[in-house]
Amino acid sequence: MYLSRLNLSNFKNYSEIDINFSPRINCFVGDNGVGKTNILDAIHYLSLTKSYFVSIDSVNVKHGEEFFIIKGSFGNSAEDEEIMCGLQKGKRKVFKRNGKEYTRISDHIGRYPVVMVSPADSSIISDGSEERRKFMNNVISQFNRAYLNNIIAYNKALKQRNRLLKDYAAEGKFDRQMLELWEDRMLDPAMKIYESRAAFVEHIVPLFQEYYDHISDQREKVSLEYRSQLSKSSMKELFDKNIDKDRVMRYTTSGIHRDDLKLKMNNFNIKDIGSQGQQKSYLVALKLAKFDYIRDMGGILPVLLMDDVFDKFDEMRVAQIIKLVSEKRFGQIFVTDTHRERMQAVLSRINIDYSLFLIDEGVTEIMHNGKKPD
Amino acid sequence: MTFSDYPSKLLENAVNEFASLPGIGKKTAFRLVMHLLRQDVSDVERFGDNIIKLKKEVKYCRFCFNISDTDICEICSDRTRDHATVCIVENIRDVIAIENTGQYRGVYHVLGGVISPMDGIGPSDLNIDQLEKKVKAGNINEIIFALSTTMEGDTTNYYIYRRLLAYELKITSLSRGVAIGDELEYTDEITLGRSIVNRTPFETGNK
Ligand SMILES: Nc1ncnc2c1ncn2[C@@H]1O[C@H](COP(=O)(O)OP(=O)(O)O)[C@@H](O)[C@H]1O
Ligand SMILES: [Mg+2]
Ligand SMILES: [Zn+2]
Repeated sequence: MYLSRLNLSNFKNYSEIDINFSPRINCFVGDNGVGKTNILDAIHYLSLTKSYFVSIDSVNVKHGEEFFIIKGSFGNSAEDEEIMCGLQKGKRKVFKRNGKEYTRISDHIGRYPVVMVSPADSSIISDGSEERRKFMNNVISQFNRAYLNNIIAYNKALKQRNRLLKDYAAEGKFDRQMLELWEDRMLDPAMKIYESRAAFVEHIVPLFQEYYDHISDQREKVSLEYRSQLSKSSMKELFDKNIDKDRVMRYTTSGIHRDDLKLKMNNFNIKDIGSQGQQKSYLVALKLAKFDYIRDMGGILPVLLMDDVFDKFDEMRVAQIIKLVSEKRFGQIFVTDTHRERMQAVLSRINIDYSLFLIDEGVTEIMHNGKKPD
Repeated sequence: MTFSDYPSKLLENAVNEFASLPGIGKKTAFRLVMHLLRQDVSDVERFGDNIIKLKKEVKYCRFCFNISDTDICEICSDRTRDHATVCIVENIRDVIAIENTGQYRGVYHVLGGVISPMDGIGPSDLNIDQLEKKVKAGNINEIIFALSTTMEGDTTNYYIYRRLLAYELKITSLSRGVAIGDELEYTDEITLGRSIVNRTPFETGNK
């Protein structure tokens, strides 16, 4: 399955475009601000029913217009599927498959998985641990519905427990039994979340290592490690051990909500010692490992969206990554870049099907498998 | 017309009172006030009196905390009902919902809410001590939990369960054909009736 055709009406900067794609590699080149990322975001919509970048759908309606429509044909020639996402301002989003509207839009998720690699990923390295937990939650919950329910239950009970700690401190009283009431609600979800995260990280670590080595020529040693207080103690032990600390701090100081991923290079935090290029390689490797995980768990080859990935890379590394994703284990790829000549040169050296599109006034295919299309 | 400049202060006050009710906006409030203005004085007096009387004279049943005109509510004073079986509910709306099923012949105990620190509600804000006192007196055989299946409802069940553990007592809960998080009052009568008849021994939900 691959996206054979994309049709946009009033989506972001596009009034009306209609593009046919290669089943393998599609590159969009053009200056900054012409709308390269917007095309990837439209593809993201067709997969996950929402934008990768903004949570409010109406923001994506072309300025001055009242609606947007995104249409995609997913084809392996035998059975073409038409996916349509439409939004009229002030109305609810409509999502259709082969002309039939979904009763629950979320039922569509998983049918055409995508993995986005974007400059926005840098927050996984630079920001707090919450970003890294989000990264894990987002991937795991796609294949494990109970996981999300456990997160919701845990967080709800955590909020109630924190509130009690705060109220007790303010009122100068304390009732351990009342705290336990909420702690008991967290024990089982905490253990399940821990097990899911540990299994997820275990799955992706070898993949991540391999991808990084491939991209970086093995010049430096990187590692990825799941850190959780649950690895040594049960949630119950943590509550008991830290109750005095919790009382002083007035919130729950230990638990699954403190989990983190340690992202390291040569045994230091990559955040502290990694160059921009190294951090970027790290994130690309992490996202490619996520790609494999989604493929392995769901049994469907995801579409890979690589936005501005080559920005800080030299031509050799670009060639290396393109060669990597040209391999059989990847499927359809969408890539954006500002360097037209560099991209053209790199593509001319691979021998799988590709299309190169130039975006300026509109979107034009300027190269197909080394030839100018007629 | 904008609603900030009424031609009369009296009108404005009345509209604001109606608009302070849940689910009523300024427009609806205005419509209701205009309706009352068209009524006879005696009708409007009756309307006002009934509301004032409701607030001033309403009683809560001494036994079950259901709303009642008398010291002891109709249900609790009905001798044909099974006074040894007590159904624990959050509020009076749940009593009405269960009564409407016609499937329950025991009595009730209205808690007045569920435990939720976020909403400032602890056990002492609910009629839980009174429940324990009833159980202690020894005339109750069975307690049925019929709180909403939210985390707060479950936690309240669990809290009460722990407090009553010391007494010899059968503790059950509704068998649910009801989705998690659904409130009792939104459940249809047949499903609710069935879940009372087919109630099951209470499980704490903590593995
Ligand atoms: N709702 C919208 N209506 C019109 N233009 C939009 C809208 N949303 C984004 N844009 C425009 O899209 C452009 C950015 O497109 P983008 O795909 O990020 O460019 P790039 O080619 O650099 O990736 C900006 O010029 C922005 O003004
Ligand atoms: Mg961009
Ligand atoms: Zn009563």
